[in-house]
Amino acid sequence: MQENASHIPEAVERFLDSTLDSVDSAEELAVGMAQRAGMDEDDLMKIGMAIRESVVNAVVHGNRYNAQKKVRFAVTADGRQFTVRVGDEGEGFDFGSIPDPLAPENLLRTSGRGIFLIRSFMDDFQIRRLESGGTEVTLVKNLVSK
Amino acid sequence: MSVKLTTRQVGDVTVIDVAGRITLGEGSSVLRDALRDLVSKNQKKILLNLGDVSYIDSSGIGELVSGFTTVTNGGGALKLLNLNKRVKDLLQITKLYTVFDVHEDEAGAIRSFV
Repeated sequence: MQENASHIPEAVERFLDSTLDSVDSAEELAVGMAQRAGMDEDDLMKIGMAIRESVVNAVVHGNRYNAQKKVRFAVTADGRQFTVRVGDEGEGFDFGSIPDPLAPENLLRTSGRGIFLIRSFMDDFQIRRLESGGTEVTLVKNLVSK
Repeated sequence: MSVKLTTRQVGDVTVIDVAGRITLGEGSSVLRDALRDLVSKNQKKILLNLGDVSYIDSSGIGELVSGFTTVTNGGGALKLLNLNKRVKDLLQITKLYTVFDVHEDEAGAIRSFV
């Protein structure tokens, strides 16, 4: 954590259009908050990438670019943890069906690495089916002094 | 800035200098189209210079893999040059670093094509 980190809690919630432009705006918003919370350059890169992968999943695989559907994007920084929630209005999917991208037989697959990268870059990652039918992912990065 | 490709010929090797972001959307489709175009023209020796790539996401990684498979299945070779730390780290954690033939020196990379 950087010396001049802000410990003022921050929380934002946005309902984003199901477009790839939302990926950029979500990343910009959250990385700005993470920077103010004291994350270093390496963590900012990891958080940014994990958020991009999560919002891409919500826009592309969840809402399938449907203009009638929104992506709920919520970020909180409370001095201990940086938490991001991304929810879509899609049909949901079977998380167990995602093949292991590190298995030798899957190395040359052209897709299926997004969730693996999110898990690699964050301290905690949860997926749940929403009662409304969509999917919500929760990404957590601990704000601990290094 | 999305992605910009500049293609040049060094002997019988086509070098593609890639600059910018290889991400879902335009960034990855531009690279895909360029590689398919080269393969269709029977260009079998392709060196991707990623030295000015600032960002790559899982879709971009997928495009590198797709390009590798397309060129290899066409009887050619696709090699990578000048990976920055971020791209190198990504290829390592996805276990793709050993799949690709990666070089840090252009002259050596050109010579490695047989």
